[in-house]
Amino acid sequence: MTARVAVLAGGRSPEREVSLRSGHRVMTALQTRGYEAFVLDPAEDALVETLSAAMLPACYIALHGKEGEDGTVQRLLEVLRIPYTGTAPFACQITFDKVLAKEALHAAGVSTPAWATVEAAALRDLGGGPILHHVAERVGLPAVVKPSRAGSAMGISFVERETDLPGAVMSALSFSDAVVVERKIEGVEVAASMVGGVHEPLPLVEIAPKSGVFDYAARYTAGATEYFAPARLVPEVASACQHEAAAAFTTLGLRDVSRADIMVDAEGRPWVIDVNVSPGMTDTSLLPMAAQSAGIGFTDLCERILQLALARG
Amino acid sequence: MAEFSVDPFVDLYARRTSGMSASEVRALFAVASRPDVVSLAGGMPYVQALSAEHVMEVVESVLTERADTALQYTGGQGAPSLRAKLAMLMAEEGTVADPEDMVVTTGAQQGLDLVGKVLIDPGDEIVIEAPAYVGALSAFSAYEPRYVQVELDDDGMIVEQLEEALVRGARPKFVYTVPNFHNPAGVTMSLARREQLVALCREAHVPIVEDNPYGLLRFEGDPLPTLRSMDPQNVIYLGTVSKVFSPGVRVGWAVAEPGVLQRLILAKEAADLCGSNFNMLVTERYFAGDLWRRTLERLVDVYRSRRDAMLAALQERFPADARWTSPAGGFYVWVTLPEYFDTQAMLAAAVERRVAYVPGTGFYPDGRGKDRMRLAFCYPPEESIVEGVRRLGLLLADEEDLYRSLSGGRT
Repeated sequence: MTARVAVLAGGRSPEREVSLRSGHRVMTALQTRGYEAFVLDPAEDALVETLSAAMLPACYIALHGKEGEDGTVQRLLEVLRIPYTGTAPFACQITFDKVLAKEALHAAGVSTPAWATVEAAALRDLGGGPILHHVAERVGLPAVVKPSRAGSAMGISFVERETDLPGAVMSALSFSDAVVVERKIEGVEVAASMVGGVHEPLPLVEIAPKSGVFDYAARYTAGATEYFAPARLVPEVASACQHEAAAAFTTLGLRDVSRADIMVDAEGRPWVIDVNVSPGMTDTSLLPMAAQSAGIGFTDLCERILQLALARG
Repeated sequence: MAEFSVDPFVDLYARRTSGMSASEVRALFAVASRPDVVSLAGGMPYVQALSAEHVMEVVESVLTERADTALQYTGGQGAPSLRAKLAMLMAEEGTVADPEDMVVTTGAQQGLDLVGKVLIDPGDEIVIEAPAYVGALSAFSAYEPRYVQVELDDDGMIVEQLEEALVRGARPKFVYTVPNFHNPAGVTMSLARREQLVALCREAHVPIVEDNPYGLLRFEGDPLPTLRSMDPQNVIYLGTVSKVFSPGVRVGWAVAEPGVLQRLILAKEAADLCGSNFNMLVTERYFAGDLWRRTLERLVDVYRSRRDAMLAALQERFPADARWTSPAGGFYVWVTLPEYFDTQAMLAAAVERRVAYVPGTGFYPDGRGKDRMRLAFCYPPEESIVEGVRRLGLLLADEEDLYRSLSGGRT
């Protein structure tokens, strides 16, 4: 069976490079399984024309960042009636927006750190600048300041003192029109991934960046971070992490493949700090490591994800 | 449990690679190179101004007349006939150079690397300008120096600061400077400062590394003497044809006194045996005759108009409290914004608005420069420059609004 498959990768988001790395690896993997896979870059190629002419049985979405993860490309594919890997548009939209995702997770009782939202419009149009003092009080310091709609830790900063909060908020607003100021949880970071469904969790991957911070450089410089899979956690804590991750995936309505980033505090309590609908597939990415530690090689992983989409055709 | 080793050799890398890592800014530049983005970031020469016919003729003649040589190894120093042409380029700025004192390098960038290789031991002090050419920082950093930074003003390096550093006990291996149309600052070292610097360094027995890629791209005024012409014994000179011909041929050169030169040649041979003979012959042939002069005049005209367009647009679009340099040549304008700006953080928003620049932080080894940006006027046509500056101006105004709100109306 040689199905033609477009691997959507690249795009215009700041994660363009990461996405191209993911996409080319996925393409090569699918080719070795006999698929006629090709990379389709929405920033380079005529996306709709190519897709509508190609009569594809499915698309593999390896786009990261806006457009690829916020439901935009998924809605295009819905119109074109082309099955695609990953989550449906509405759930993508909620999950990619950290403000909406945090609110949904919190309402469903999923463990996620205390936070407050600051929107650019509130600052510019409502004179909301003085709110930051209340934000700091409510969330507590140290805090993590994150753009609501961005990936790969871009635009994220850690704030120890209230005086550093305005600068951090301005930096994060460069990536998005809203920011989440979240209580910083000290502890161990793990990634919980699933392929197929919440009943099929992959082993947890523990993340130990050598610099202490899992930022862009720590993510994409080979060797800058040590990974342990399964994570070095006692079984009860590991299962609590899997439980929270599954609750997050279910709450947000995710499908096929996803990854939750979790901080485990000193008491062993898991806190969901981020959920991704299009986990990275690069050589330093977490999902492929989780799969590998479960005995699933990269090629198998890609084919399995693709088959979930093909099954919807 | 398994430890996942993404890179099995991670424990083996030399210490000098510790600064070499993936970066957010680099990722953003990948998006900024898209055609819908006005890039005021890269310093790409406008090679479209070259006469295609002339270049074709040159390449053809090399292949028809000298293919055997062109496709062969050559000596590490580079052919004497090419060195004579490069000496001729130096004479254009009034510098007398003996081709025998010269080694041809793979761009001036290799010259920087070779200087680092020959002169820097780990922990040695070297003097750089603040800001400094980012490529020089990359080249030198591999040899693990400690940087002594000397500020610039509109007259170039503030030599008094260097003097103070020497008095305080700094013992630098060399002083690195881009005296003409500085990258990134756009400023040119005045004659008085040149005299001061040359005298100070001679007295202190500290050699000067003079990096002069832009000297022939002067838009107005008379050329100033090179530091090399003022004190040949104490100045290592780096030149390149990248800005007057093509960066694609990768031909640069270094001029130094015999002791230094000998080591530079040996270091060069250790690095790559010799440069590309084909490219060197093309370069030599390109500078035969007078056609190249007309191209250079055309280039200077193009760059001057683009500089003018950028300065006028900045005047119209940038906040009143921003300052920028007015280069008399070269490629770059250096902008200083009010200190609450963080140009590195702002780059994502700029790219989202389809304009790019280089954040100031890359030009300092110590993370300074957040409120600075380098704007290049060399590559985009005037209308794009005007549009790019307009987009940036709007972004800066929005950032200023945000800042006012966040600081409770205080600015």
